[in-house]
Amino acid sequence: MAKVATLEEALRHINDGTVLMYGGFGGVGTPPTIIEGILQKGVRNLVLIGNDAGFPDVGVGRLITAGRVRKMITSHIGSNPVAAEMMHRGELEVEFSPQGTLAERIRAGGMGLGGILTDVGIGTVAEEGKQKIRLHGREYLVESALTAQVAIVYADRADPFGNLTYVRSGRNFNPLVAMAADITIAEAREIVPLGALDPETVVTPGIFVSMVVPSRGVNWKWPWEGKRGS
Amino acid sequence: MGREKRQLIAWRAARELRSGMVVNLGIGIPTLVADYVPEGVHVIFHAENGILGYGPSPQPGEEDPFLCNAGGLPVTVMEGASYFDSALAFGIIRRGLLDMTILGALQVSEKGDLANWIVPGKRVPGVGGAVDLAQKARRVVVVTEHLARDGSPKILRACTYPLTASKAVDLIITNMAVIEVTGAGLILREVAREYTVEDVVRATGAPLAVPERVGRF
Repeated sequence: MAKVATLEEALRHINDGTVLMYGGFGGVGTPPTIIEGILQKGVRNLVLIGNDAGFPDVGVGRLITAGRVRKMITSHIGSNPVAAEMMHRGELEVEFSPQGTLAERIRAGGMGLGGILTDVGIGTVAEEGKQKIRLHGREYLVESALTAQVAIVYADRADPFGNLTYVRSGRNFNPLVAMAADITIAEAREIVPLGALDPETVVTPGIFVSMVVPSRGVNWKWPWEGKRGS
Repeated sequence: MGREKRQLIAWRAARELRSGMVVNLGIGIPTLVADYVPEGVHVIFHAENGILGYGPSPQPGEEDPFLCNAGGLPVTVMEGASYFDSALAFGIIRRGLLDMTILGALQVSEKGDLANWIVPGKRVPGVGGAVDLAQKARRVVVVTEHLARDGSPKILRACTYPLTASKAVDLIITNMAVIEVTGAGLILREVAREYTVEDVVRATGAPLAVPERVGRF
């Protein structure tokens, strides 16, 4: 039951070509220690599934900037001009999904569903190549579920069973990706003994979590730092 | 766009807010609206990263890296706020529970079509939450500079860029004018102080009805 592991043990599951889901929204809630570990290990050709491309030096943006990513399934890369340049040069393949649809496709993957029905994006390029069905007199797009080999999440507190709590806006996509991968690695700010988490406060039940590694904290500069008050 | 133009647009957009409204602000000029909420107006701001009830920017030095809006900028929370995951954040949007969204635009058509995510052959930043928001919010307010950088109109008879949503926009607020989108076309409601009605008509790429009374801002 003890899932607490070292970073090195966790990184054994992340290799060249791994399909990797990540939590985080503009880098907030993306696990910094695991990102650093992936960079140090030298992994390449990753396929990333998550909300955005972070910023060039923040979150998964660091992996993209370092040329470690082959493809992304995401909702936008607008905050990362490096990712946009790489996409235009043909060095990064990007598949866009409307943000709410992306979140729900990941949730569906985690919940054992084949996909979802939504009318979001009908009449736009978001419907291109997708099956449409009518149900109860309304038209919907069929959006396939998303799963991954490995998910990496940032938790506030974790126990040895892998029960997780999150922190404020650091929750975002984390509980969704935590459920949708074969192996889920949680980086936690604090690892507490079994029984120390109130079951009422657990957001991700440990059943979905494979490994818990301790966080060494955020090692990047947030885009707003230095811009304000200086 | 100059700082003053952006501030003016954000200030005017904030005048659309009413107490009790649940409102989502897009990235860019829309984000600035949170800092111009009129005195005595209490709005519940919704963010796609999972906050209902966030407040204005914190004082310098009091930023919390784990309390940011969807644009990645630090915010605060008001009494009664809640946190949740992004799937739930979009459930709130799809269920039609947002009274208003304020979004940026590359182009808007006279029918209220919105294009704000692809400049073909140039910029493809991806759509983020704009498709969900533009399609599902009860009222869609677009804030944008009136003209594109090359001087061409952004308000057109039909968008030439791929659409974010069709027939979605209710009100357009620019540095020159406030324009209402109706089933019968565009109606000029207000003109900014440094411009004339003729300036606005000339800078707009679609027919603009000019009522007898046009306001000023």
